[in-house]
Amino acid sequence: MPYIPHTDADRAAMLAAIGVERIEDLFHDVPEEVRFPELSLPQPLSELEIQQELRLLSETNSDLNHTACFLGAGAYRHFIPSLVDQLLSRGEFYTAYTPYQPEISQGTLQAIFEYQSMICALTGMEVANASHYDGATAVAEAVIAALNVGRHRRKKVIFSPTLHPQYRAVARTYTQGMGLTLLGDEDLSHGPQELAALCDGDTACLIVQNPDSLGQLYSPAEMQALADAVHGCGALLVVAVDPISLGLFAPPGDYGADIVVGEGQPLGNPLSFGGPYLGFFATRKEYVRSVAGRIVGETVDTQGRRGFVLALSTREQHIRREKASSNICTNQALCALAASIYLAALGRQGLRQVAELCYHKAHYAADRIAQLPGYEVVGRRPFFKEFVVRCPRPVEETLHHLLDEWDILGGYALGRDYPELADGLLVCVTEMNSREEIDALVAALAEVGG
Amino acid sequence: MTEPLLYEISRPGRCSCRLPEPDVPRAELPAGYLREELPLPEVSEVDLVRHYVRLSQLNHAVDTGFYPLGSCTMKYNPKVNEAMCRLPGFTQVHPLQPVDSVQGALALMYELQGFLAEISGFPAISLQPAAGAHGELTGVLIMRKALYERGERQRDVILVPDSAHGTNPASTSMSGLKVVEIPSDARGNVDLEALQAHLNDRVVGLMLTNPNTLGLFDEHLLEVTRRVHEAGGLVYGDGANLNALLGICKPADLGFDVLHFNLHKTFSTPHGGGGPGSGPVGVTAELADFLPGPIVAEHYDEEGPFLDLYMPPRSIGPVKSFYGNFGVLVRAYTYIRMLGVEGLRRVAENAVLNANYLLSRIRDVYPLPYDRTCMHEFVVEGRIEGAPDVRALDISKRLMDYGFHPPTNYFPLIVHEALMIEPTETESKETLDAFAEALLKIAEEAREDPELLHTAPHTTPLSRLDEVRASHPKTMRLCYAPGC
Repeated sequence: MPYIPHTDADRAAMLAAIGVERIEDLFHDVPEEVRFPELSLPQPLSELEIQQELRLLSETNSDLNHTACFLGAGAYRHFIPSLVDQLLSRGEFYTAYTPYQPEISQGTLQAIFEYQSMICALTGMEVANASHYDGATAVAEAVIAALNVGRHRRKKVIFSPTLHPQYRAVARTYTQGMGLTLLGDEDLSHGPQELAALCDGDTACLIVQNPDSLGQLYSPAEMQALADAVHGCGALLVVAVDPISLGLFAPPGDYGADIVVGEGQPLGNPLSFGGPYLGFFATRKEYVRSVAGRIVGETVDTQGRRGFVLALSTREQHIRREKASSNICTNQALCALAASIYLAALGRQGLRQVAELCYHKAHYAADRIAQLPGYEVVGRRPFFKEFVVRCPRPVEETLHHLLDEWDILGGYALGRDYPELADGLLVCVTEMNSREEIDALVAALAEVGG
Repeated sequence: MTEPLLYEISRPGRCSCRLPEPDVPRAELPAGYLREELPLPEVSEVDLVRHYVRLSQLNHAVDTGFYPLGSCTMKYNPKVNEAMCRLPGFTQVHPLQPVDSVQGALALMYELQGFLAEISGFPAISLQPAAGAHGELTGVLIMRKALYERGERQRDVILVPDSAHGTNPASTSMSGLKVVEIPSDARGNVDLEALQAHLNDRVVGLMLTNPNTLGLFDEHLLEVTRRVHEAGGLVYGDGANLNALLGICKPADLGFDVLHFNLHKTFSTPHGGGGPGSGPVGVTAELADFLPGPIVAEHYDEEGPFLDLYMPPRSIGPVKSFYGNFGVLVRAYTYIRMLGVEGLRRVAENAVLNANYLLSRIRDVYPLPYDRTCMHEFVVEGRIEGAPDVRALDISKRLMDYGFHPPTNYFPLIVHEALMIEPTETESKETLDAFAEALLKIAEEAREDPELLHTAPHTTPLSRLDEVRASHPKTMRLCYAPGC
């Protein structure tokens, strides 16, 4: 049997030691009427066969090695240096579990501590946790942390309409039993000023995204004014960010954010059809006891040597049970390790270069598309790597033509989330898109536009 | 042995990665929006690789040694799983591509939904939850919404046995419901009388781990689930311990209404140093419309079958972005396809055989609070006759000197000085014997030289660490970077 080492002799000796005749005798507590059901599953395969079968199955997908990709909308194709997966593939990392025993888990613990440190450096915050399931669940946990900070007396949460639609939906799922009022995102015209006007003494937090779900950037001055208004109500400002954008643009810690969250997938994790990704979460020291999940802290061993342990466990479910700050146990540790290795590999210069490449290429694409008859690049704000194009032909039809005739994933049809933008196409350009690909996109759009 | 931090080996101007110059004209950067400083480390490639390789060598892992961490099912993680989830046709696929360009990925998910349905007996499965606790939150929200829509809005209580994982009460609170704890009886089962006393029209349901965290199959399980249903409640199954039941029984046949799977326990996907896991949820036909999604469904058009993503009509809503931890799903799919029906049943049988064998080897020395045939794991007391000062923690730390990962300590809470041991089916008799002998030797050491245990471990990279210091406001240090 695969992965079971026992010989018949082993099994016989073990049964004798236990004092039973047959393995079946160990299952007498299972009600007889339901014991040993007939199952129907495909015949087992050898490794040779499963490799062949899954290779063929995987090749039925149109993968991005063979298709030009201008699709983002929350999951992004970025360059991943070879060393990331090589290091992740060390069994000592990926076959360990949560580092409950620090003496034999210093590798994982120090790697998480370094991850926390780099997330703090990137976001301009003071503490970070060891990760959430993804950007959307990090937003949901930010809402819960803000409720905790407000001692559950504040019951209102304000969402920007350009906070990613999935982040808002997941936060609504998480909080459906909590009796909250969630508002602000009912009108796409709500910008920072309109949102700030909704803030009052019952508000736990206000959540915006920068760059937002349409790619637009908000200036540090504008964000600071929003933070001041939110703080004036005694609420917290939560900012969701694209971590790659922080290679170039001001970190939320510089403009008054209390909690910074985001989708960490762009940091060294492949697209993998939507997961596994990681959500990062950073905040100010004063709120650390309201944070969910694992946090690693520095300490010393009995001989005074520096080491790392899980810190502040009294927030967590295995100690506090129903009074815990969250139910999270397993997180996305290996994805956070990928993010760490990625950030360390790119470093101070490299991350800025990636962000600049995205910026320059996205602006080249936007300029070219804006010149096409019938197309309009909308929005007056600066943007980072995504921008909205109003299309002369129905967007879904345009996208199908691009994929079928040009092998191009042209972007995301915004009408699915924003009825006001039924003719809107969200185009994403990263360092992975060559000038030739961009020129092909422009030519393809010109062809569709007729 | 300590390894310097990345920031300590950082030197201005170093880099592990070179990027090309832009092949397009440079656009003007918006003044006033830019950051002044980006305080990330600067490390050369060889230093970076050595740093992480050396860090990895400070870990104990399944690939380096026995890891009988109770409740976590630290079985061997097959290497073929790692190769399959890295196929470019799986990793280089965007979740928002048109469904006709990702039929292969959807087919794998659809088949996996079917496998999990067959194994558990539940007709409807959502692969979206990312971990066990995430599945719990999903399941409790489903139960709550189903009863609300039935018009029973007064129901606001979830019953949780005192042996439950901490995630059960925490998931209940997050769902806006109240927790009432149910004691265990003298044989480690749910106390039927106490259960009956708490069953009323306030109860949403019962969350039950079976086999429970003592490693015991509840002897009155069918009665327990029947009584909860009789009171109008639903029964949630925490599938953390499903490894013991593969092919042995279907949880749906036991009266559960909802169950989460831990693909990172039962189905051999690696634990990743703390994740990612995957926590799919299965439900009865009555609850299918409440599942989170999107989930994969099969349609037929003129060209034949076609897979699509759909949102169940009365869904609690999405619990994360996209469709689940797809890379983990590929690994679990690979495992199930390689084992088949026969292989899965052998997994459960040998997991239970290994646990009972290991128990038989140590039970004369380590007190067994519930003397029954165990399932895939068991709990003994870390208390040694003749060594009154020795605690479960000391035994655990001393096990490290013998090259073993300790069992789960101090859980479940209802056992004094608990040591919770789960060997899994992938360990050989020789490994189990070596571990048993280490535990017996440690018991002797405890009587002869207890200090050896109090000061353990002795052979690890670091000795015991000061956990209080790491959490004390005056000494707490959670970040090492410029500005922290």
